[in-house]
Amino acid sequence: MLLGRAANGLYWMSRYIERAENMARLVDTGLRLALTQTSTSADEWASVVTSAGARIAFAERYSEFDAVTVSDFLLRDITNPSSVMASMETARNNARMVRTALTRETWESINEAWMALKRILADPIDERELPKVLDAIKRETALIRGAFQGTMLRNEIFDFAQMGTLIERADNTARILDVKYYVLLPSVAWVGSSLDNHQWETILRSVSAHRSYRWVYEAEYKPANVADYLILDRRMPRSLAFCYRGIAEALDYLADAYGQRHACHQLVHTKLTKLKTCAIKDIFEEGLHEFLTDFIRDNSALGDQIAKDYRFY
Amino acid sequence: MAFDEMRLDESGLREPYRGYDRWFRQQDPLRLTEKMQDAERVFRKTGITFAVYGEEEASERLIPFDIVPRIISGSEWRKLTQGIEQRVQALNAFLDDIYHRQEILRAGRVPKDIIARNEAFLPEMIGVRPPAGVYTHIIGTDIVRTGENEFFVLEDNARTPSGVSYMLENRETMMQLFPELFRQVKVMPVENYPQLLRQSLSAVKPASCEGVPTVAVLTPGIFNSAYFEHAFLADQMGVELVEGQDLRVVDGHVAMRTTEGYKQIDVLYRRLDDAFLDPLTFLPDSVLGVAGIMDVYRAGNITIANAPGTGIADDKAIYSYMPEIIEFYTGRKAVLGNVPTWRCSEPDSLKYVLEHLHELVVKEVHGSGGYGMLVGPAASRKEREDFARKLSARPSNYIAQPTLSLSTCPILTKSGLAPRHVDLRPFVLVSDRIRIVPGGLTRVALKEGSLVVNSSQGGGTKDTWVLDD
Repeated sequence: MLLGRAANGLYWMSRYIERAENMARLVDTGLRLALTQTSTSADEWASVVTSAGARIAFAERYSEFDAVTVSDFLLRDITNPSSVMASMETARNNARMVRTALTRETWESINEAWMALKRILADPIDERELPKVLDAIKRETALIRGAFQGTMLRNEIFDFAQMGTLIERADNTARILDVKYYVLLPSVAWVGSSLDNHQWETILRSVSAHRSYRWVYEAEYKPANVADYLILDRRMPRSLAFCYRGIAEALDYLADAYGQRHACHQLVHTKLTKLKTCAIKDIFEEGLHEFLTDFIRDNSALGDQIAKDYRFY
Repeated sequence: MAFDEMRLDESGLREPYRGYDRWFRQQDPLRLTEKMQDAERVFRKTGITFAVYGEEEASERLIPFDIVPRIISGSEWRKLTQGIEQRVQALNAFLDDIYHRQEILRAGRVPKDIIARNEAFLPEMIGVRPPAGVYTHIIGTDIVRTGENEFFVLEDNARTPSGVSYMLENRETMMQLFPELFRQVKVMPVENYPQLLRQSLSAVKPASCEGVPTVAVLTPGIFNSAYFEHAFLADQMGVELVEGQDLRVVDGHVAMRTTEGYKQIDVLYRRLDDAFLDPLTFLPDSVLGVAGIMDVYRAGNITIANAPGTGIADDKAIYSYMPEIIEFYTGRKAVLGNVPTWRCSEPDSLKYVLEHLHELVVKEVHGSGGYGMLVGPAASRKEREDFARKLSARPSNYIAQPTLSLSTCPILTKSGLAPRHVDLRPFVLVSDRIRIVPGGLTRVALKEGSLVVNSSQGGGTKDTWVLDD
C-alpha cells in the first residue's frame, strides 16, 4: 500500500535527480566544445540552453551565451527551477516527504548530495573549477543511484521512482536530439556523409554515449546510426526505447501487484511497440522533427496519465 | 550552588555515575572531542534537524547533542514512574470529567471560570467519550530536580509532546560511538518505544473496528519543526505518514488516498493542533486537517490520539490546580509535586509577581517552547519593565514560578567537564495500561548559568540512562 502523494513524491524525486545529472552533462558538453572547436562557442552554449529546455527563462535575464553565464544559470541559479541546485532542492524536499518509503542509505545519499552541492555551488564558479564541479555533481547523483538501486526493495515504491527517472531521461534525450535534428536530416546526410565531427560529439556526449557509440559503430559517425542508437537501440541506457522498456516494465509490475490495468498501460505499450517495430528509416520518412515533437508531447502525457491513474493528487 | 547529578561536591561522586566515571577517566579527552564531532556528522547526515520558526536562513538546525549521559538510578526511576503514573491517570480522569459531568467544578476544587473561558476547552468534545475512554495517550511530563529527593513536575505535555525521536536517536548514537561503555554499565533499553507506541495505539482502536486496525501518523508536512520526528515514528512503527491532503471522509470513515484507491484509517496519531484538525468544526481555512473528521470521531469510527481538547489538561492556568486534581481523582496526595505557581489572574498574586519580577520566571498561559517567557534574574531592567506592562495589561494570560535552581549535569566542553542545568521529559503511553519507557529526553542549557533548556532557545540534549540496578 502506498499513498498517492508518496507515489508522486517518489516520481518527482527521481525526475529531479535525473534532471540535475542531465544538466551537469549538458554543461560538460558545452565546455568540451568550447575548448575543442574553432567556430563560435556562443552558438554551442545557446544550444546547450535550448537542450536544457531553458531558452525562454534564460533570455528573460541574459543576452549573452558564454560559459560563465550559462553554467551559472544551469548549475547554481535557484530561480531557474531546472538548475542543478534547484533540482536537488526539489528532489530532497520530495525525498523528505517520502522518507519513510526510502531506505536509510537512499535518504542519506540524497541528503548528503544536497549538503555537498549546496556547499560546492554556494559561490560563483570559476571557469577553471568547472570540470571539478561537474564531476562532483555527477558523482553525487551516481551515489544516489547506487544507493537506490542497491538497497531498495523491488516493489511499487521502486516502480514509481524508476518511472520518474525514465520519463525524465526520455524527455531529455528527445530534446537533445530535437535541438540538433537538422544535423540528422536525410536531406543533409542520411546516406552517410561525415559531417563536422563536433556535432556528433555534442549529441553523443550530452547523453554520455560518445564512447559506447564507438564500440557499437566502430567510430563511424553517420546520422542514421546516431539517431538509431539514441532512439531505437535498447542496449543504450539513455535511448528512448530503453527508457520505454523500463517504464512499461514498471507499469506492468504495478498492474500485477494491484491486479488492475489503466489507461497509462495502453499508452506505454502503444509507444513501446512503435519503438520496437519501426526502423530508423521509417522515422526519417515520417520526419524526425515531427517524430520527436510527438514523442515529447506523448511522453509528457504519459506522465500525466500515470499521475491520474495512480491518484498522485 | 545547584544540585549536581554527577557529584555531590569536589570529591563525592554520586552512586549512579560510578560506572560511567570509571570509564570516563580512562578516556583520552581528544578522542572524546572527536567523537562529539562524529556525532554531529551523523545527525546532519541523517537529517535529524528541527526548524526554527522565524529564521529563514538557517531553517534547518541541529539540536546540539552532548555525549555525557544523564544517569538515573533504578530506585530514583521507580519513584518517578509512580508519580508520573498517578499524574496521567488523574489527567485522563480530569478530561473525562470535564467533558461530562464536571464533578470537579461542582465540588469547587477548580474554578468554573478557568474552564469556560479557556480556548483549550473544546465545547465540541462535551459528551464525547473517546474509544477505550482514553483522552491523552501520549504524554511528555517535564520534570525538574532541585535536590537528592526533590523532583517537581514543571509541565504536563498532554497534547502533542515531541522529542521522543531524540531520545531514541541519542541512544542509538551513543551506542554507535561507545559500544564498550554499554557493556560496562547496565542501561535499561528504550529502543522498543516505537513498538510500544504502536501496540498502545492499536489497543485503543474504535469499538467498531474488527481485526488489526490501520494506524497512521498525521503530520502538518515537511516544513513543520518536528517533521523529522513524525517521519521517524511512522517509519519505526511501520505505519503510513499522512498529511491532510491525503485524507477524506469516505462512507463515514476517514480514509487515505493510495495508489489503489481510498483505504480506511482506524487510529490516527495526529501531530497537529486541535484548531487545524477539522476545517468544518474549527479553523475554516485550515488545509492541514480533514473536513468532517470530527463527525467520524463523534460517531466512534476513528481514534484520534491524543483526543481533541486534551489541551485543557496541560494548560498552564490549570497546572497550578494539579495537586487538587490528582487528589480529587486518585484519592491520594500527589507523589510528584508541582512547582509553586502564582496565578496572575488573582490580584494578590499579580501584586506579588510584579513586585518580585527579578526573581521569578513568568510564562504565558498558552505559550510553549520557551517563547514569550521572562526569566527574571537573567533579564535586564528594561526587559522586566517591558514585560511588567504586558503582564499588567493581561494578567490572566500569565503565571509565575520561582526561579528554581535546576539540577546540573556535566557536559563536555573544550576545557573538560562543566556543569549545566538540565530537565527531564519521560514519555508515557496510555491505553489499556500505562507504559513508561525507562529513559526520556534530557534537555540541557548549553550556556553557562542559563536555565532555559528549550531547543528553540539554544538548548541541547543528552542521552538519558536509567540504570538496571
